[in-house]
Amino acid sequence: MQVRRLAFVLAAVLAFAAVPGAGIRAADPPEIVIGSILPLTGASAQTGAGLRAAQQLAVDLVNGHVTYPLPAVGHSGLPHLGHARIRIVFADSQGKPDQARAAAEQLITQDHAVALIGAYISSTTATASQVAERYGIPFLNPDSSGPGLTTRGLHWFFRTTPNDGTFAENFYQFLADLQRTQRAEVKKIAVVGEDGLFGTGAGDAEEDIGKHRGFDIVTRIAYPATTTEVNAEVQKVKAAAPDAIMMASYLPDALLFMRGYKDQGVQPKAILAQDAGFVDPGFVKALGPDAEGVFTREVFSLDIKHRNHAVPLIDQLFRLRFGGKPLDGNTARDFMGVLVLADAIDRAGATTPDAIRGALVATNIPGNLTLMPWKNIQFDQSGQNIGGAGIIEQIQDGKYETVWPFDIAVKKVVWPMPAWKH
Amino acid sequence: MEALSTFAQLVVAGVLTGLVFALVSVGLTLVYGVMDVVNFAHGEFLMLAMYTAVGLALLGVGPIFGLPVVAAALFVFGVIVYRVFVRRLLAGPPEATVFGTFGLLVLMQGLAQAIFTSDYRSAPNPPFQGTLHLGVLAIPQAALVEGIGAIVLTAALFAFVEFTETGRAMRAVAEDRVAATLMGIDVQRINALAFGIGAACVGAAGSLLLLSNPAYPTVGVQYALTAFVVVALGGFGSIQGALVGALLIGLLEVLGGFYLSPELKMVPVYLAYLIVVLLRPQGLLGRR
Repeated sequence: MQVRRLAFVLAAVLAFAAVPGAGIRAADPPEIVIGSILPLTGASAQTGAGLRAAQQLAVDLVNGHVTYPLPAVGHSGLPHLGHARIRIVFADSQGKPDQARAAAEQLITQDHAVALIGAYISSTTATASQVAERYGIPFLNPDSSGPGLTTRGLHWFFRTTPNDGTFAENFYQFLADLQRTQRAEVKKIAVVGEDGLFGTGAGDAEEDIGKHRGFDIVTRIAYPATTTEVNAEVQKVKAAAPDAIMMASYLPDALLFMRGYKDQGVQPKAILAQDAGFVDPGFVKALGPDAEGVFTREVFSLDIKHRNHAVPLIDQLFRLRFGGKPLDGNTARDFMGVLVLADAIDRAGATTPDAIRGALVATNIPGNLTLMPWKNIQFDQSGQNIGGAGIIEQIQDGKYETVWPFDIAVKKVVWPMPAWKH
Repeated sequence: MEALSTFAQLVVAGVLTGLVFALVSVGLTLVYGVMDVVNFAHGEFLMLAMYTAVGLALLGVGPIFGLPVVAAALFVFGVIVYRVFVRRLLAGPPEATVFGTFGLLVLMQGLAQAIFTSDYRSAPNPPFQGTLHLGVLAIPQAALVEGIGAIVLTAALFAFVEFTETGRAMRAVAEDRVAATLMGIDVQRINALAFGIGAACVGAAGSLLLLSNPAYPTVGVQYALTAFVVVALGGFGSIQGALVGALLIGLLEVLGGFYLSPELKMVPVYLAYLIVVLLRPQGLLGRR
């Protein structure tokens, strides 16, 4: 008898829970569900956990009442929707394109998400956003830099982060700025990168933009990412005698190249790297003084506090939630992504896909209301944020110091990079 | 003149690269020669050796002084893996060793991911980071030390197999397992010894590689692939063949990378491999 009653109660509760909206008091504004696709298990699980914490923090700040110089936060929900609260539902992509597709499908059909956000790894973003396109649901991508994502002609796809083309553009803007301020003469560029999606994408952009801006691309080298030695590659760079070398490498190959350049006396005025291996904690540790003077692009720096004092505050909140780990380029971008989406839904004043998309198209958030080094957030026809920009750091005394753009720089550029010490 | 000095530099680099490949390959060829077992987890043994060497370096024992310790540790590890695992595989069909050692590869990589995470780990302040200048040639000291290590290791292993009683027993087992048993040779003991010595060679290789490479869970894969080609090219089971094969591959990779294109640098390597396998399936110095 006891068991049967329990079963009855359980069945009643389950039936009640299955009806959407049941159990919520009529006076409460409805919840708005955002679906998030992230690699929560698999090789990128560690990164995924950080991104999840950052997105949840952003949602909690939108639902809270403390204000910061950031869009959409501190109004106890979305004011234009009767202070409706946002709920974010996470689905695991496992870092795999087919799983990301299934996750997007589930978030749209089962969880009734009004918009999707994700999915970090470019190939998973590609499949998940295709699903959103099919259902006509807005998809905001805060963190994938593969240039091809915004050239697919999708109607519902928006990307806040700059892509690898933007970073290549930044290198040349930086060189032009240096020419103006320091009379730094750079004409001959060597473009070196691993032959995967990352290295070729970056290398293509660097080569195209460089030629367009009248630089002399003296050599373009694509090497197998899994190589164990780079002797031939270093000799090719040496023979081309470049003023600057642009690199896209992971850590083991980055170390091989740096040691090769030193051994063979390749002495450019600058080495400009697309983060990856060059910002790995192992880079400076392994090379010591030989890492001095290397430039690398970054998407974020805590130095942006000079432009928006919310940066250290959000960093503190994030550390409290994520085991003391600081806010970084990935987590800051995902945090901002949720705010951009919340801001658009609020301005839309409705949760229909068309209304949200219209508000996203009309987005124009000034850079100093973000945590990022961007000029602003404003989407072009393809859904790419045209205000995106990176920062450039230089390794000085073993530390990564922001040196460009000049308005957030904390150290002066050391030019040219110091000669190799033997 | 410029072209000539570049060529000389590339040849030296090719030889040194080849010696590093030989360093990684001799252990594999010994195990194959004695047991007819291709150990697919060979690269993961190398990875384990590198992590062990990093651990020692963090305790203040650098890669050079730590080398005998790492080699001894890997010897013990190899014997245990043989006694507990490979011995049982040998009792099954021939495919059992292939799938078994491949399973070991997956297991060791997964454990390394879980325990050490995918972060790159280097030895703090490794020795031999300078460059040696000889006329137009610039030779990294680390590569030189690794190359000397390869020559010493290959010579020692060759002498051991050729001139000691145990080595003779190993060759006897390699030639005919049944006959060796009838002659009173303990085949299980010889097999375990060969597996242990093969692992010890990888231990030495891992310590030396740490002079120029960080340790990470998949570091073994990159070297193991080359090692398999080296062993097949030089002749399965032939120690001096592994040296010859490794030098050939090192030279082809470096010269091909420069004169063809870095993207295509593995093409001459695999082409040479294909030609040798087609014309001389037992490898350059293989016996059968």
